[in-house]
Amino acid sequence: MERKFFPLIIEPLTLFSKEIKSELRTRYALNAVLMFAIVTLTVIGISVGQYALNSKILASLFWVVLFFSSMSGLANVFIKEEEKKTSDLLKLVAKPSTVFLGKFFFNLLFFFFLELIIIPLFILLLGLEIQNFLFFFSVLILSSLGLVSATTIIGAIVSKAQVKSALFPVLSFPILLPLLITAIDGTYLSIQKIGLSYNADNLKFLFSYFMVMLVLSFLLFEFIWKE
Amino acid sequence: MISLQVNNLTKYFDQRKVFKDLSFIVEDNSCLVVIGKNGSGKTTLLKILAGLYSPNEGEIKYNLGGKTIKKDQTKKFLSLVAPDLNLYDELTALENLKFLSKIQSLSFGEDDLLKKIHDAGLKSRENDLVGSFSSGMKQKLKIVFALLNQPKFLLLDEPSSNLDEDGIAYLERRISEQKKRGILILATNNKKETEYGEKILSLDN
Repeated sequence: MERKFFPLIIEPLTLFSKEIKSELRTRYALNAVLMFAIVTLTVIGISVGQYALNSKILASLFWVVLFFSSMSGLANVFIKEEEKKTSDLLKLVAKPSTVFLGKFFFNLLFFFFLELIIIPLFILLLGLEIQNFLFFFSVLILSSLGLVSATTIIGAIVSKAQVKSALFPVLSFPILLPLLITAIDGTYLSIQKIGLSYNADNLKFLFSYFMVMLVLSFLLFEFIWKE
Repeated sequence: MISLQVNNLTKYFDQRKVFKDLSFIVEDNSCLVVIGKNGSGKTTLLKILAGLYSPNEGEIKYNLGGKTIKKDQTKKFLSLVAPDLNLYDELTALENLKFLSKIQSLSFGEDDLLKKIHDAGLKSRENDLVGSFSSGMKQKLKIVFALLNQPKFLLLDEPSSNLDEDGIAYLERRISEQKKRGILILATNNKKETEYGEKILSLDN
């Protein structure tokens, strides 16, 4: 029997829910990422001690921690398929668009969860004071969308390589550099209580980056996945 | 009318030739058995037919009802069982089948899937993680998965490996059904399995 209704939605959602179930059972990426984030934040917190960091350094550190924590987890959605030899199975049963969307939404959820852990810890350990919550979360959400769009496709590329874990941050960094610079600047401005006019350009750039990366990744994914 | 037509198929891995100018036709309700020594390219051929590898040269035509199926539509009509095609160890047998049917937009009720699992001799193990299965049990579940979409073209690579007597009897029943439904391509080094085929293709030359 074949289901006729909404396969474009149901199929990626099926993969998305399988990814959640799979991650909760294996903790393939979750434990490593959480440990990395907590250890890094603690080390920075201890190193800084009682010194008050200025807003620019705080914003930079915030994105450094987010970037490197995510690097140890976001590629795993594809790497684990290769390592467990299930990628051929997925290629047989699912369309490339289904695989990309399912993995993209799982990575997005994973990254938001990571932020949910890191932000309170950062506030607690390093005294991050957000002055403008609306801008802060706008920058955060748009940057997350852009970062996850780019890293999902890069994860698919590195999963075919021999030195997967080393290659992922190396490949990701130059592609994510414009996003990271803008995200740091946007975060700095939101800590500084600076008005919308200063931050609007950052938000426009982050939105454009996300759209370009999402469309490019979606279009290129079939070629990468089948190779 | 179903047929599979392969013309001048050539595959190299880097500089190493696996096979060159391979051509054959398989007609409706028949089985082609592919034989050859280890490394002769049996698995590679099946993976090319399944669309998992690309050939360096040549073409493959899946014909159904007098028309050639478009390349991006072939998945709907074929299935593969292979030693290195793994199911998800972290899911149970039932969860694997639910996932694999739903992602193909095949709607099976839980009872249908349970019946398929039980028919394969895995009764009372449907809620166990596949990671805890023996290799023979995994092989049975792979066969159940491969038949979910009632394929017109079924590709089996060493299908009886690790199967017990009951498993082999189950496999033989599924092979008979497949030959009634469409086409079967079977790669093997097992002499008994060559008896299933109407044609034999040797990759040794």
